[in-house]
Amino acid sequence: MSRSIKQSNAITTLKLLGVVVGMFVFAIYIMPPLYNLFCEVTGLNGKTGGQYQATEIKVDTSRTITVQFVATNNENMSWGFKPMISSIEVHPGEEKEIRYLANNPTDRQMVAQAIPSLVPFNVVEYFHKTECFCFNQQMLEAGASAELPLRFIVDQDIPRQVKTITLSYTIFDVTDRTTLAAASN
Amino acid sequence: MAHGPAKGITRWLFTTNHKDIGTMYLWFSFAMFLLGGVFALVIRAELFEPGLQLVEPAFFNQMTTMHGLVMVFGAVMPAFVGLANWMIPMMIGAPDMALPRMNNWSFWILPFAFAMLASTLLMEGGAPNFGWTFYAPLSTTYAPPSVTFFIFAIHIMGASSIMGAINIIATILNMRAPGMTLMKMPLFVWTWLITAYLLIAVMPVLAGVVTMMLMDIHFNTSFFDAAGGGDPVLFQHVFWFFGHPEVYIMILPAFGVVSQIIPTFARKPLFGYASMVYATSSIAFLSFIVWAHHMFTVGMPVAGELFFMYATMLIAVPTGVKVFNWITTMFRGSMTFETPMLFSVAFVILFTIGGFSGLMLAIAPADFQYHDTYFVVAHFHYVLVPGAIFSITAAVYYWLPKWCGNMYNETMGKTHFWMAFLGLNLTFFPMHFVGLAGMPRRIPDYALQFADFNMIASMGAFLFGAAQILFLFNVIATIRGGKKATDEVWENPEGLEWTVPSPAPYHTFSVPPEVK
Repeated sequence: MSRSIKQSNAITTLKLLGVVVGMFVFAIYIMPPLYNLFCEVTGLNGKTGGQYQATEIKVDTSRTITVQFVATNNENMSWGFKPMISSIEVHPGEEKEIRYLANNPTDRQMVAQAIPSLVPFNVVEYFHKTECFCFNQQMLEAGASAELPLRFIVDQDIPRQVKTITLSYTIFDVTDRTTLAAASN
Repeated sequence: MAHGPAKGITRWLFTTNHKDIGTMYLWFSFAMFLLGGVFALVIRAELFEPGLQLVEPAFFNQMTTMHGLVMVFGAVMPAFVGLANWMIPMMIGAPDMALPRMNNWSFWILPFAFAMLASTLLMEGGAPNFGWTFYAPLSTTYAPPSVTFFIFAIHIMGASSIMGAINIIATILNMRAPGMTLMKMPLFVWTWLITAYLLIAVMPVLAGVVTMMLMDIHFNTSFFDAAGGGDPVLFQHVFWFFGHPEVYIMILPAFGVVSQIIPTFARKPLFGYASMVYATSSIAFLSFIVWAHHMFTVGMPVAGELFFMYATMLIAVPTGVKVFNWITTMFRGSMTFETPMLFSVAFVILFTIGGFSGLMLAIAPADFQYHDTYFVVAHFHYVLVPGAIFSITAAVYYWLPKWCGNMYNETMGKTHFWMAFLGLNLTFFPMHFVGLAGMPRRIPDYALQFADFNMIASMGAFLFGAAQILFLFNVIATIRGGKKATDEVWENPEGLEWTVPSPAPYHTFSVPPEVK
């Protein structure tokens, strides 16, 4: 093989290796954040946002929206977990507080994380939480129970046709995950 | 320079010769084809009658998973790389591949990858059982412990494919004989060039997705775990961003093979050479923007469903151009039907059927009914078996006389074809019907109304398997002896590979040929 061909082979190889590394980085470091951003913008997976700072706004008493609450246990989660009321009527702009009831029937301390999901997807940006137990992990001693608060405001700009919002929480057992994290710290 | 191969086992271990490496790739892929075929026959034997007869459901799941993985990564992809190794240097007038040592390496890591993957069958907890698409959390939270071996096996296969692809691109771009311009290259070389770029782009994404799985399983991250703020749907997006180009990786070289064979036996030059090149490039480009048609049912906004539906249907246009060109090449040609041509004509017809069922699946509202049924199984087996497998078989019959200097037995070849043709249609055509009637895929048992079609499918599968044994016998018999092949082998075939003697000497084109 002549020298110039060897050289161009080396250059081609290096360039292509660059693409390979680039695509690997793209898959691990760019696609997941991009996906989360996309979901946040579109509300696609029904994930509600973080804590909302309430501002002085007028309550729109001309409209009433039903907010329904749903609770699901992730497969092996042994906690009792349910909303204290299954639905509530709110006016847009009005702040409401409801509670979920959780109890740990096992004989060991456990840590849980609730993950929200909201339908219809396109109203995610109009549903604000000023306080939510899902912002933090919840720890319960063996046999203990707790009332978990949730405060929320439905934005008064919510589209007119929306009459019902369903907010669902799935509760996951993250005990192992947290003890592992604590151990590694 | 003019020396022959080394003696003994070291010839194969240390070889940097593209023909040796091509041969090893082809034999390896045939071994994997038989292994994956055995897994498939376990599946079909269990499904011969309703009820559980032979295997436990857990083992059945391992069989579907291993069948898919072995066939995709062990049989189809290495077979095409083997063909590329053998033929691309001879087609473009190069003395060897551009990076011969890397070529040796990229082959020799493959047996280790598949030994590792196959060894999971003997492990506690069994082999991977989550389907070849290994959706999280099935492949993370609920996976058997052997999943880690699966992940490393995938890493090694990915590294092998990437090295192979880099080698092919470097060979095609830098090693062409003088006068061999890009638009004079045989279509097999063109389709492989485009395929190699697809491999470079998406194999790292596959490596990325299994790496994320590895971290979720062992390092406490939560890319795909909702409890930690991740999202299982993200897995499907990343996987199919790899997975859809991957299906074209398995079919574009097949397009190239068929585009070489049909002109030879129609005795007419290929119709629409340039449009073939552009169609292949368009398919490659479109393959990157259609991935979510595999996941219409995850809950996408209507705009997303529409985009992916229309983009998917758009692929039918360049594919239609190709089918049109093959048919037009045959039109009014003086055709003969030797074994490679039989496989190629069957390819055109049956691949088109697979394409049509693909169009049906592309219709987003209808896909909710078809999703995860046997209709999907029928669809992708129609594009992979008479698509990829038939084209590989055709390529072996077409070039085998050039490789070993002997003609294969035509009667045996034609018998192989008709057995395979009948077998695959018996196996996969009834799957359309049971799928439309609602039989889900990846189940070891089924409702009674699907019994007859499943029995037909199982019988067809065993016929198809038997045909491959005949193929193996024919190939071995041809290598060991038989009628001597001429240098041209066929009647006025086009291409530089027919200008070298049969069998092709160990070193060809040490002096570049002149291309007019």
